[in-house]
Amino acid sequence: MTLFIETLIGGLLAGTMYSLVAIGFVLIFKASGVFNYSQGALLLFSALTLVTFLELGLAFWLAVIVTIVVMIALSIAIERVVLRPLANRNVMTLFMATLGLSFVIEGAAQGLMGSEVRLLDIGLQDNPLFWGDILISEFDLIVAGGATVLVIALALFFSKTRIGISLRAVADDTASAQSIGININRIWQIVWAVAAVVGMVSGMVWGARQGVAFALSLVVLKALPVLIIGGFTSIMGAIVGGLLIGAGEALAETYIGPLVGGGISPWFAYLVALIFLFIRPVGLFGEYKVERV
Amino acid sequence: MSVTPSSALRPAVDSNPLATGSSPLAIGLLLIALILVPFVSSEYVTQVIVMPVLILGLAGLGLNLLTGYTGQISLGAGGFMAVGAYATYALAVHGGIQFFPLAIVLAGVITAAVGWVFGLPSVRIKGFYVMVTSLAAQFFFEWLFLKFPWFYNFGDVPTISLPPMSLFGFDVDGSYVVRYYFTLSLVVVLTWMASNLISSHVGRNWMAIRDMDTAAGVIGIDSKKYKSLAFAISAFYLGIAGALWGFIFLGTTSIGSFQIDRSFQILFIIIIGGMSSIRGNYIGAAFIFLLPLVIDHAAKTFVGDMVSPGFLSNLQKFLFGVLIIVFLIKEPDGIDKLLRQLTARLWRRTPTKKDNERGAQSEPNR
Amino acid sequence: MGKHLLSLGAAAAIATSAFLSTSVVPTAPAQAESMTQYVPLFVYRTGPYASSGSLWFAGERDYFTFINEVEGGVNGVKFDIEEFETEYNPDRAVEAYERAKGGKDGSPTAFIMTHSTPATYALMDRAREDKIPLFDPAGGPSESKNGLVFPYVFPLLLTFYGQGSVAVNFIAEEMGGFENLKDKKIVTVYHDSGYGRASQPVMAELAKKYGFIDVQIPVAHPGSEQAAIWRQVRAEKPDYVVLRTWGVMTPVALKTAKRFGIDTSKMLGDVWAGSKADMIPAGDAAIGYKAIAPYPGGTDFGVHAKVKEHVLDTGKTNLANPDEDFGAVYYNIGLVNAALAVEGMRVAMKKFGNRPLTGEEMLWGLEHMTIDADRLEELGMTGLLQQLKVTPYDHEGGGAARIQEWNGNGWTLVSDWIEVDDSVVDPLIEAKAAAYAAEQGIVPRTVE
Repeated sequence: MTLFIETLIGGLLAGTMYSLVAIGFVLIFKASGVFNYSQGALLLFSALTLVTFLELGLAFWLAVIVTIVVMIALSIAIERVVLRPLANRNVMTLFMATLGLSFVIEGAAQGLMGSEVRLLDIGLQDNPLFWGDILISEFDLIVAGGATVLVIALALFFSKTRIGISLRAVADDTASAQSIGININRIWQIVWAVAAVVGMVSGMVWGARQGVAFALSLVVLKALPVLIIGGFTSIMGAIVGGLLIGAGEALAETYIGPLVGGGISPWFAYLVALIFLFIRPVGLFGEYKVERV
Repeated sequence: MSVTPSSALRPAVDSNPLATGSSPLAIGLLLIALILVPFVSSEYVTQVIVMPVLILGLAGLGLNLLTGYTGQISLGAGGFMAVGAYATYALAVHGGIQFFPLAIVLAGVITAAVGWVFGLPSVRIKGFYVMVTSLAAQFFFEWLFLKFPWFYNFGDVPTISLPPMSLFGFDVDGSYVVRYYFTLSLVVVLTWMASNLISSHVGRNWMAIRDMDTAAGVIGIDSKKYKSLAFAISAFYLGIAGALWGFIFLGTTSIGSFQIDRSFQILFIIIIGGMSSIRGNYIGAAFIFLLPLVIDHAAKTFVGDMVSPGFLSNLQKFLFGVLIIVFLIKEPDGIDKLLRQLTARLWRRTPTKKDNERGAQSEPNR
Repeated sequence: MGKHLLSLGAAAAIATSAFLSTSVVPTAPAQAESMTQYVPLFVYRTGPYASSGSLWFAGERDYFTFINEVEGGVNGVKFDIEEFETEYNPDRAVEAYERAKGGKDGSPTAFIMTHSTPATYALMDRAREDKIPLFDPAGGPSESKNGLVFPYVFPLLLTFYGQGSVAVNFIAEEMGGFENLKDKKIVTVYHDSGYGRASQPVMAELAKKYGFIDVQIPVAHPGSEQAAIWRQVRAEKPDYVVLRTWGVMTPVALKTAKRFGIDTSKMLGDVWAGSKADMIPAGDAAIGYKAIAPYPGGTDFGVHAKVKEHVLDTGKTNLANPDEDFGAVYYNIGLVNAALAVEGMRVAMKKFGNRPLTGEEMLWGLEHMTIDADRLEELGMTGLLQQLKVTPYDHEGGGAARIQEWNGNGWTLVSDWIEVDDSVVDPLIEAKAAAYAAEQGIVPRTVE
């Protein structure tokens, strides 16, 4: 029983790290219908930028601010150069464009800032904490706390600020939003920038855990099943989906893994997602659309 | 955002199959050119340029039947190619089949059955969700073929390499010329079959499902049946392409050859070449396969000495991404469409009525 | 119809121009005229494993630069190095191989450095046909130690089987003798791939011999999240943990192990889980961790002084951060690999003359290469490289490694050369090689 509870808690905490990555996807998909494969590359790029500025001797808070500025500039550039010319193209084209974009960003990040692994110290220790017999990671606990703060901040941003409200208007009905004078290009830039900042936070967390190098960009593959379970358009869904996948993966690796030879985590998440597809194809928090002939 | 994937996927290229085929004379000339390749060019060009392009084009064709013609997005192409390769190996090693062409066709049938199973969820779901089903398949196969030693004959290492097998009296591992002609003839036959299929009622029903899934049901098309069929036939092509890739092109292969990057590559091929176009697959394959080689060559020639090798490698990756994006922006309907327009311009004529219809059809997507 | 013809023509034109631009690369090997030796390097300076690879390739290139600039080449034959980016993808290695095998500018290709076990597997058959030795020290198929079945594969220094044997020998030493291994539990956490599994047969065999319990736990690529794995490891209560990880998997393993209270000083990595690039991201969690090193890290070896003076200080180094990475394990791997190639060429040139070599000539050179203590001293590699005697029967040539320990900033050597237990390993290799020969229909060659 202890093993079960420990695995469950560990999995849930690890799941918040998946949620963080998935939220970046949801923000962009919700606002622009773009399935942004380059989220992983953005994550890598932001973490590399942060590390590079830290190595140049900048204070941590200053390096974070500079990185945010860089990411906002990058987002604006992406909107101008890639997305605007592709506006109103079909979803596959946009998806493929973000795949191309991920090559561009990864090439640029590694070419300019080097391909060696860097240590990113965000001041968190990965010490074991014991709660009775149950082992909990201090690192995971703090990250989960940080993720909660971030999600609350995002929720406030979307519900209280002017930009946030127009953003929701665009998400609900693009044409009407445009007709009441909302600048859709600006909105896309903002959304990409917010997603990039969320990506930076995920990049910091994952980077602190595994070092900052190319493999960071592979965490996107972890986020896809989270999206299916949660739905592509719901931040709440991304959070719950992340927790479910995190816990499910940990439990499966512990209890099912030994039976089939282990190493099942890469596809287990997809299997859970597949089952969800049969039960509720639009995800936990997705909306059904009425299709008319 | 109200994008309905099924309708947004509708390609701009004419869906009339006759318009996507080329004239018999043109096809004949192309065939002669392909037959002459081993005589007029080097071993390198034959077996490392033309052969892989043909195989990847065939894989593209397989995916195009599903994605371009039936409107079901799939990121599992690599996984199904793996099924084809591993099935061929299992038939040879465990099944005792010595005749390679038989093994490869049976492997295609096995892959088709697997594809049919993985297509089942698509009956209920649409758009991105189908894509995720296919991703699930992709990762499942990557795990399966690594995990169970039976698939690689209980070796220490999960790589597979065929035992000596007969290829119409020749050895599979033998001369590249034999392997090239085997690939070419298989590709030609399968392409011809696909083009017939598309102009049959099956193809028309696929396109009806793609263009308006719900409406297709209303006018009495059994969309379940035809979607499943598309998954199976697409998998058949992908399976054969996978076996060719693994054993005819590479010789020794492993699951590493069929990972998610392969799926992306095949998807790139059909988007760059042209959705719902048969020859577009081969044009796209040539483009996607040759582009990195051309970039490599150009980069080494022009900036090779000026920058560090690490930077050069990343620069190539960067340029590949840039070219993909530029291409998507400039020519969303693929090279096939571009060639059509080019030739029309060369003939200095006004577009025919048919071309206008095509233009009109493409409007909603722009 | 004409329209179609023309569009086909355009397609053909695009294709032909592409052919032309690429087909100029491989040229027929015209013998002897050229006085440079063409060496293709298959590299991955981008992609998931670039962080390890970049230092490795830098070490090789720096050594080749040293030979070219200071010694005027090998007996006057200078190196012409060309890199092919593969992103650690064996399919791309096949394409690169076909481009490189014909040589360049009149120089044949004498050998190819694959830098990747999967690539070595993918190229084995082709290399046999084309008679080009594949260079994959401390990698490749273990059974390719048998040069009669695998003439053109060189898993020099230490095969994967050998790495398993060295690991067990060292653990026994730590525990105070082989008799103490009885009923102990050794858990191997491995990269779930051919590489990660490659030492399993020898571990199973040694477990039988010494009576320890061999537990194998896989980690799926890339291994960014391993909590479930290490929870399992902890549940096993291991006496020793062996890591056969690669890339980002290693630092994550160390960090997660620490979190689960596994004693880092009872963890031993194999050759590819023991570089500075793997330790840095792990921070404090890596202190006390040990790794098998057929080529240890450090800058105190004689060759380093020479390379520093003539390559680093003259600004010709291939390293991006020479201050940090000079002497790193992977960099030293590069130095050693290049030196082995150079030594093989010297041997071959004594027989065939001082000119660029073909693959077959290089094969002869490599198979008659002996590096004894005196030669090591001349090379400045005493302590960095073991004594070596390669023969057609033995493509490993060495079969020993040292153990190094990470202290937070660098590696310190904690053992002398530990030999492989050939009495266990060789029969396994012979059986594997024989099975391979039977499956592929290969008749082992006979030598003089």
